[in-house]
Amino acid sequence: MRLLRCGTDAVLVELDTLGEVAAVRAALAAAAGRGELPGLVELVPAARTVLACFEPGTGGRQRLRAVLDHADLEHPPAGAPRRVVLPAVYDGPDLDLVARTAGVGPGEVVRLHSEADYTVAFCGFAPGFGYLSGLPEPLRQARLDSPRERVPAGAIGVAGEFTGAYPRSSPGGWRLIARLADTAEPLFDPLRDPAALLAPGDLVRFEVAGGNTS
Amino acid sequence: MRRAITVLATGPQTLIQDLGRPGSAHLGVPPSGALDGPALRLANRLAGNPEHLAGIEALLGGLRIRAESSCTVAVTGPAVPVTVDGRAVGSHAPVHLRPGAELEIGAPATGLRCYLGISGGVEVPAELGSRATDTLSGIGPEPLRPGDVLPLGNPAGPPTGADELAPVRAPDRLTVPVLLGPRADWFDDPGAQLAGGEWTVSPQSNRVGVRLVGLPLRRAARYAETELPSEGVVTGAVQVPAGGRPVIFLADHPTTGGYPVIGVVRPDALPALGQARPGTAILFRPAGQYSDS
Repeated sequence: MRLLRCGTDAVLVELDTLGEVAAVRAALAAAAGRGELPGLVELVPAARTVLACFEPGTGGRQRLRAVLDHADLEHPPAGAPRRVVLPAVYDGPDLDLVARTAGVGPGEVVRLHSEADYTVAFCGFAPGFGYLSGLPEPLRQARLDSPRERVPAGAIGVAGEFTGAYPRSSPGGWRLIARLADTAEPLFDPLRDPAALLAPGDLVRFEVAGGNTS
Repeated sequence: MRRAITVLATGPQTLIQDLGRPGSAHLGVPPSGALDGPALRLANRLAGNPEHLAGIEALLGGLRIRAESSCTVAVTGPAVPVTVDGRAVGSHAPVHLRPGAELEIGAPATGLRCYLGISGGVEVPAELGSRATDTLSGIGPEPLRPGDVLPLGNPAGPPTGADELAPVRAPDRLTVPVLLGPRADWFDDPGAQLAGGEWTVSPQSNRVGVRLVGLPLRRAARYAETELPSEGVVTGAVQVPAGGRPVIFLADHPTTGGYPVIGVVRPDALPALGQARPGTAILFRPAGQYSDS
């Protein structure tokens, strides 16, 4: 673990694995919940880092070091993760490509993807876009050689060690295997509370939905 | 009838802004908020508001509004002509508008962004606790257009007198204090490279970031081909993309980035960057060690 200074009021904690990121995020969130990190404004996990930002002058950087020194990262606090089920229609344009690359049939891709338990490792790219860890090994595949200019909202893709769903239409290079069913709640709605359906630490499953068309 | 103003004309970019929505970066939500925070706070104080209420950020002026009810307003930011029904009233002072009065903000001679504070504040619906328009992610109200009617809150208190020195002139040359890190070690002699160079503000700059043109920053040989996994970034981060030309992230910055951040601008230097016109010379004054452990 390395602590990197990020301006006057923030620290970037650098780690070696996604598992360590989850443990550090959970430990810091729990400490903040106990009031041990006053002035904490942002706690932003990413692939190999956790960024902690504090209000100016609150001395948070020193406290953060103390919290990490005493944290048992082998047994991080469980917190209170939400359990989210996302109904999915497995008819993505790259389903066959993903199946071929994995050396299995499309039905097996659906089974692997929908029977796995995922955790929101971090969010980013767009509001409400969660990078879900826990993707079965055969589905861990490279991005498309050339990204699509437009991925429709609700598309579900895989890339590297992650799967995720696009909250809204945007360019994107993930291999698309499915889409959120029409019955799925929006991933992000700024007028809803909470605005984002997925937050770091939440537990996610995909559920095969009928072949509703849109 | 509810207190309101009507937008009659807008400049190149006219946005509702408050102090933003920090605290949701872990959901992928940028902080947003007024780029020149002190100017918005001052406009609010002059209009008799708490500092955090929503006002209007008018890029290069050009804003004309009509008061639909009696209100107190104040224009801050760079020096700019302000008229009420064609009569000059000046900026950086509270001005009372009768119902039907028209206020016009001209074009500032220097700087970029003027702020209009209105008694009661603009009360469009808040999104994630803020009324700021986030130009990167589209959260918050649409950019303002002629014909928009903006509801106002109830005035909180009496307008205050001019409580600060009047308009700052945005300089042609800005010296920007930077604390090195978190990824300064990705660059050859980062302090010397930053201190020795001179950049200018590119016309491609916007609320996401100030893009700089000038000498590219050189990566250290051991990081020449390395890819950085995306990591959280803060406002003021000086990110260096593959081409080596730095970008200073402002309020609408993405919450994570995949290029190394050589240093972070001191927060009190950010408002001036929000007022830096294309062509402004930027000099960095680096300080600090880049590793904390």
